Amino acid sequence: MSSLATAPAAALQGLLRARELGIVLALAALVAYTAAGNPRFLSGQSIRDILLNTAILAVMAAGQAVVVITRNIDLSVGSVLAVSAFGVATLMSANPSLPIVVALLAGLAVGAACGLLNGVLVRYGRVPALVVTLGTLYIYRGVTYSWAGGQQVNADELPPHFLRFANDSILGVPWLVLIAVVVIGGVSLMMRNYRLGREMYAMGSSPQAAELAGIRVARNTIGAFLLSGALAGLAGVLFAARFGTVDAAAGTGYELNVVAAVVVGGVAVFGGSGTVWGAGLGALLLTVIGSALAVLDINQFWQQAIVGALIVLAIGADRLVAVRIAGSLRKRDSHV
Amino acid sequence: MTALLEVVDVTRSFGAVAAVQGVSFPLLAGEAHALVGENGAGKSTIVKMLAGVHRPDTGTLRVRGADVEFTGPADAKAAGIAVIYQEPMLFPDLSVAENIAMGNQPLTRLRQIDRRARHANAERLFGRLGVHLDPDRPARGLSIADQQIVEIAKALSSDARILVMDEPTAALTAVEVDRLFAVVRSLRDEGAAIMFISHRFEEVTALCQRVTILRDGRHVCTEEVAGLSVDDMIRRMVGRDLSALFPKQDVTPGDVVLEVDGLGRAGVFADVSFQVRAGEIVALAGLVGAGRSEVMQAVFGVDRYDTGAVRLFGRPLPPRSPRAAMTAGMALVPEDRRQQGLVMDLSIERNVTLPRARKLSRLGLLWGGRERREAGTWTRRLQTKLGRLSDSVGTLSGGNQQKVVLAKWLATSPKLLIVDEPTRGIDVGTKAEVHRLMSSLAADGLAIVMVSSELPEVLGMADRVVVLREGRVTAQLTRAEATEESVMYAAMGRPVTAP
Amino acid sequence: MSDLRRRVASWDVLVVLLTVVVLVTAAGVVENFGTSRNATFLVLDLLPIALVALPMTLIIVTGEIDLSVASTLGLCSAVMGLLWNNGLSLESIIGICVLLGAVLGVVNGFLVTALGLPSLAVTIGTLALYRGLAFVVLGDGAVADFPLAFTGWVTGTIGGTPIPNVGIPLVVLAVLFGVALHATPFGRSLFAIGANAQAAHFSGIRVARTTFWLYVLSGAVAGLAGVLWTLRYSSARADNGAGLELAVVAAVLLGGVSIFGGKGTLPGVLAGVVLLAALQNALRLEDVSGQALNIVTGVLLVASVLLPNIATSIRTSWQRRRLRRAAAQ
Repeated sequence: MSSLATAPAAALQGLLRARELGIVLALAALVAYTAAGNPRFLSGQSIRDILLNTAILAVMAAGQAVVVITRNIDLSVGSVLAVSAFGVATLMSANPSLPIVVALLAGLAVGAACGLLNGVLVRYGRVPALVVTLGTLYIYRGVTYSWAGGQQVNADELPPHFLRFANDSILGVPWLVLIAVVVIGGVSLMMRNYRLGREMYAMGSSPQAAELAGIRVARNTIGAFLLSGALAGLAGVLFAARFGTVDAAAGTGYELNVVAAVVVGGVAVFGGSGTVWGAGLGALLLTVIGSALAVLDINQFWQQAIVGALIVLAIGADRLVAVRIAGSLRKRDSHV
Repeated sequence: MTALLEVVDVTRSFGAVAAVQGVSFPLLAGEAHALVGENGAGKSTIVKMLAGVHRPDTGTLRVRGADVEFTGPADAKAAGIAVIYQEPMLFPDLSVAENIAMGNQPLTRLRQIDRRARHANAERLFGRLGVHLDPDRPARGLSIADQQIVEIAKALSSDARILVMDEPTAALTAVEVDRLFAVVRSLRDEGAAIMFISHRFEEVTALCQRVTILRDGRHVCTEEVAGLSVDDMIRRMVGRDLSALFPKQDVTPGDVVLEVDGLGRAGVFADVSFQVRAGEIVALAGLVGAGRSEVMQAVFGVDRYDTGAVRLFGRPLPPRSPRAAMTAGMALVPEDRRQQGLVMDLSIERNVTLPRARKLSRLGLLWGGRERREAGTWTRRLQTKLGRLSDSVGTLSGGNQQKVVLAKWLATSPKLLIVDEPTRGIDVGTKAEVHRLMSSLAADGLAIVMVSSELPEVLGMADRVVVLREGRVTAQLTRAEATEESVMYAAMGRPVTAP
Repeated sequence: MSDLRRRVASWDVLVVLLTVVVLVTAAGVVENFGTSRNATFLVLDLLPIALVALPMTLIIVTGEIDLSVASTLGLCSAVMGLLWNNGLSLESIIGICVLLGAVLGVVNGFLVTALGLPSLAVTIGTLALYRGLAFVVLGDGAVADFPLAFTGWVTGTIGGTPIPNVGIPLVVLAVLFGVALHATPFGRSLFAIGANAQAAHFSGIRVARTTFWLYVLSGAVAGLAGVLWTLRYSSARADNGAGLELAVVAAVLLGGVSIFGGKGTLPGVLAGVVLLAALQNALRLEDVSGQALNIVTGVLLVASVLLPNIATSIRTSWQRRRLRRAAAQ
């Protein structure tokens, strides 16, 4: 073990870490610039709003990150959110005495069922994930519309403790934010330190090698979609609690924001690399951009364009880093 | 010695094709056992059954006397079988240590992954193999030989008692092969059973005690290697005698067709110059990794070069343009048939006519059966065994696929044909056909550049041999000068020591 | 015989048959479906999806994807409104918008081919970018005062037939794309690129250049679709066509094109477009919510890949069982 041999590996790890570091720096710069322009941006209420808005996106991004790491994609998350949000809102308005925990579990269960169907179709139906989840994007949305039949659940129909949940805090941390942090932390830990997570990275890195290595690809694929679905379902409950008014159009188009957060957060679109907490940072960055534009009085319409540019920039940067690493590794080999 | 593994009367079909029919043989503890046969003889199917990828239709596998039924690769692993494939199966994004541990990760008490133990384990295995690899670097970017070493470390780490190696030496240099064999021998002496698949008979005789020969999916014999000559083995594999494996006719070379002048590419090859005349076969010899394929791919324009020039009939060719090279009369039959030579999902006829679609079109349109007629003509001329021309090319055997690649390029009526490992992985019979074809093409005035790692092929076919070592030309030998010793000397840059 | 059977059993033929069945059934069962007025509306409704699906088919056959098409359509529509407000002539505006679409395609093509970025991620990025720019250009307002001569032509029909005028460019483009894909060296190269880009490169096909021009083509056609959309509804808005990309991809996949590239036919895709539009139209006439139709779209999309897979595995398991039985005897 010479120091020469470890140098490129260390450099590589540094670069990978730099990806998350890059987001943190971009965030810091953005926050500093915005706060300099308008100090209200750093007020407690403003920060609270940003974190609450991030929470829902970040929970979904955690699940999506896992799916993308296994070299799949889940486009149905926006529709799963709608099924869950509408279902839980209906449940709570009909049974106002139910505790929050039941609502959370119901959302998780609905989402898990949706995710399970996705996973089974991908694995056992041998249908590409893009096709399956594009299909179920329509199906789950259609189911919600049929169920809602043009109706919506209004805030005044929901029990007060359910709505308070979105604004209540524990030790100064809003429940929604706490849930998001726990989800990001838990899933990150699973992906980093547990066999299941490492096998998911392996599957994304080389599906063929994963099969031959005896990894239980079927279980893990279905597990990834199940997780993504369940977390989208959980996000649905958070959505219902936060906004109070839920109709069948809830979360329309969210899938693109979620994928954007994951990609900006440094998860490779073709699987095998990236981190869950990076995806969480991606969600935070996207939300902060939105808030900063509002605070800086920049035309709100710029937000989407900036998000788009950011996605392109992020994958471009990844590509550059990959080329650099490949170059440095090759150079090292030619010296041996 | 006891049988660690027994293959008992197994049969497996794919569609209408019976890949393996009623094959039985035992694999004993403490032996290295060769499995040989032509391509399509059923070797890979047996490997995949042992790996748990395919299940036998009938018959059974027995491990230590007990019948086993593998539902997947995990079961085979659990039964103590490790398989090393010809093409390494690593996870490019994961570290080398994690690649080795995958599926068998050491855990801490909290059921988390024990990174330190994982790292130490990798170090220990590399120590045992006598190699220096950084366990923390990602597998992406490793050379094929290093990837192969990681695969072997993987097999060692799982404490497999049965090691199946499917052409593990195809991409290794002589030194690396020696090192691999030393490891395999020590495993064997510790009582493991090794199943070794190779097309190189010298390796079979050097390493193995017994050999099982397959032909057309059937078992021919299982015998002591010591009692068989290479000729015996070939005869049993092919089922007939082979004469004149390398029938190159003598031809008086014509005008210079190709001039490669000082070609260089940073870090890959440098200052490569040679000429090829009409009617000549020039072999590019050297070790794997010497840059032979890279040079020829740069000549054809599929890859870049930084310095130098390529001239065909005295006219310079633009770099990085396979189309210009094609138009000027060049053709390249690439090294990797499946990835570079053919579009596996497309039909035979579309593959044959792919480079010529433009020529075959009328007013820019491809109507009627012109492609089919053209494809029919060329596949017949090369005696390709096929069902329908509209079948996907993936349904053909390796040798017939190679004929389709040759047909595809001969149809462009080239003046210069580059063939890269033209007989790699194809059976002995087709090999002879390919050699005969190349010889007669040269007799008709075609200039041929042949990249080959098989020394007998180089010596038998070539009028001249250009030897590359680490990206540089180290010798240009005439037919008379070229011997095994002179070529190997130039390829390795030092005198050949006895094996 | 078995060649014929294989052909009939292929999904793109099935989807053509299914489309015919749906059209005939709907005409018989659904009131007003078969009227010439409804036929006109049907064609007008499917027009933008059909147009954009043409280049999308070519792109997906090469194994790539372009999710930015609907945003390109929206941005071209927004720019159309802006330029009209600034008093340019509509003829030149139309030209500018198609050109703008092509330029937006150049951006996609450059990112995908010159920088080698994954097209799925790139076009999700430009999907957001172009739509955002559309809002920057026009805000959430609308420009509606387009001259009747143009809007009337778009919604008008040819002579006494129910065929709308805009059916002409659609048919012309569909024939051009169909011939290009299925009967030219260019089309052959697309299939080769989609099935194995490296082997295509080794066969002298200019992979990057070909792919680049497909994106330019896709952008230009999306620009044209934006113009026609604006004129049809006589309304230039930044959110025109939002979400259309998914409908287009759904129609293309439903038509039997493999998402992995290398397989597919243009007639299959057109049948997929007509099938979706006809179902939507018929259900609307039956007063079923258009949103509930989403379920049908989704199920068809998944079924288009799932059913052939199931058929294959049933066939192989039958063969296997037969062999086992034969071996047992």
